[in-house]
Amino acid sequence: MGDIFPRGRTAIAGLATFGVGETPGYSSMELTAKAALLAVADAGLTLPEVDALFICQPDDFFAGLSFAEYLGLQPRYTDNNRTGGSAFMSHMAVAALMLEAGYIDCALIAYGSNQRSNGGKLATKITSNAWDSPYAPLFPLTSYALAAARHMHEFGTTREDLAAVAMAARAWANTNPEAFAKGPLTMEDCLSARMISTPISVRDCCLVTDGAAAIVMTRTDRARDLAAAPVPLLGAAAATWWNSIAQSKDVTVTAAKESGARAMAMAGVTPPDIQTAQLYDAFTINTVLFLEDLGFCPKGEGGRFVSSGAIAPGGSLPVNTNGGGLSCCHPGMYGLFAVIEAARQIRGSAANQLPGIDLALAHGNGGTLSSQATVILGSMATV
Amino acid sequence: MTSPASHWREALAQGRFLLQRAGDGSAIFPPRLAAPGSGTDDLEWIEASGLGTVYTLSWVQRRPPAEPYNVALIDLDEGARLMSRVEGMTPETLRIGQRVSAFIDSSGEQPVLLFRAWED
Repeated sequence: MGDIFPRGRTAIAGLATFGVGETPGYSSMELTAKAALLAVADAGLTLPEVDALFICQPDDFFAGLSFAEYLGLQPRYTDNNRTGGSAFMSHMAVAALMLEAGYIDCALIAYGSNQRSNGGKLATKITSNAWDSPYAPLFPLTSYALAAARHMHEFGTTREDLAAVAMAARAWANTNPEAFAKGPLTMEDCLSARMISTPISVRDCCLVTDGAAAIVMTRTDRARDLAAAPVPLLGAAAATWWNSIAQSKDVTVTAAKESGARAMAMAGVTPPDIQTAQLYDAFTINTVLFLEDLGFCPKGEGGRFVSSGAIAPGGSLPVNTNGGGLSCCHPGMYGLFAVIEAARQIRGSAANQLPGIDLALAHGNGGTLSSQATVILGSMATV
Repeated sequence: MTSPASHWREALAQGRFLLQRAGDGSAIFPPRLAAPGSGTDDLEWIEASGLGTVYTLSWVQRRPPAEPYNVALIDLDEGARLMSRVEGMTPETLRIGQRVSAFIDSSGEQPVLLFRAWED
C-alpha cells in the first residue's frame, strides 16, 4: 500500500503572483496577503470560503498562525510544513488528500518574501548543522558546489554546461514581462563571472528578489464551475533523503529520483509524456540533477542535455519557461512559482505560452538538495 | 551517561577521533543513539584510522588578500562520510580522490577535526 492518490480529483482553481522583482515598502506578510487575495478572486471565490491554510514563510516560523490572523481566517486545518522550497508541493499533496476526503473544501497555499527590498540577501534563519559549521561552508551555496564538483568529476560536466542552464533561463526571461533579470547573457559572461565557491559562480546562482505567490485548490468538480479553467492535480509526491549534504550517499543523485517516479506513477505518465518541466533552479546544477533524476535524460547526461539546447526556447523539453529562479524571480523559496508557471502553461496564460500543453511537471527542492517534491498537473482533457 | 554526541566531543578534546560501528559492521558519523535506518542500538565506539579519500570539494573564495579555503567531503576508510577541510593544499594541488589523514587542531576554542594529504 501507499501512494494511493486521488488523480485529477482536485485542481488548482485560482492562482496569482504579486510583487515579483522589487516591491519596496511591502512586508512579506503584505505581499503574501495580496497574492492570496488575488488567487481567491481569480478562482471566483471569496475569502470566507477558504477553510484550510498551507503556508511556509522565510522569516516567520509561526506563519500559519500569523497569516491566518492577518487575513482573518479560522482554518479547519493549518499546515506550516517547512521542508524548504519544496514545501509547497507537499502542501498540495496534503491539500489534495484532505479535499478528496471531504475534511476541507477550499485550500489556500501561499508564500511571499520581501527579501530583496529588505536587505538584499537570502532570507533564511537556517544554517549548517553543528558537525558541518566548523568548516564554514557557505549556506546553502557550498553544498550545491560540492554536488556540482562531484558531478563534473564523475560525468565530465563542464562549467559551459552549467552556463547553458543560466543562458536558457535568461532567454525565457527575456520575453516574460514579469521576469526580473533581463538582457543578454553570454557564455563569456558566465565563464568570467565572479567565483563564489568552486565551481559555482555568481551566474550559477538564483536571483534575490521580492515576490509572492498563491494558489487555491478545490475538488475538480467544484472548480469546473468556478471562474477560471481548472488545472487538475494528477500526482504529487515528496521525498527526503538527507539534511546535510555530507550525509548523502551519492551527491549526484537526489531524492527527486523517488519523488518524480512516485508522482508520475500516480499520474499514470512517464517522462516523455511531460511537455514542460518547471524545476527549482536555485543553482544551475539543480536543473542538471533534476533533469536526470526525474528521468528526462540518463544520469550523467544532464550537462550534455542542457548544452544541446533542449531546455531553451525551441528545445525539445521547455524548462523554466518563466525564466526560473535564475532569471525570473527567487524570493527565498521558489517552489510555488514553479507550480504557478506549470499551471499557467496548462491554462494557456503563460507569458511564454507553449502550444497545446496538457501535461506539465513542477519540481521543488528544499534545504541542500535534501527535500524533493514533484507535482504533475494536467489539463481537463487528462482527467 | 553521556550522550553519543557529547562522548564524541569529549574524546576529540582528549585527542581521539572516534566513530560508531553498528552490528552490521557499518560505520556511523555523526554519532547517534541508534543506527540510522534500522534503529538498532547495538552501536560500539571504535577508534577511527583517520584515513580517508576526498569525495568532493569546493574552494570558498574570499575577498583578497584572504586566501580561499576548502570545504571537502571525506570518505573515511571505515565507510562513514563527513565534512572537513584539507590543510596544506591549494586549488591546484587538491583533487577529488586525494588520500588524506585526520588530525585534531586544538589551537582554537574548540578542537576541530581536520585532514592533510596522505601517501599510502
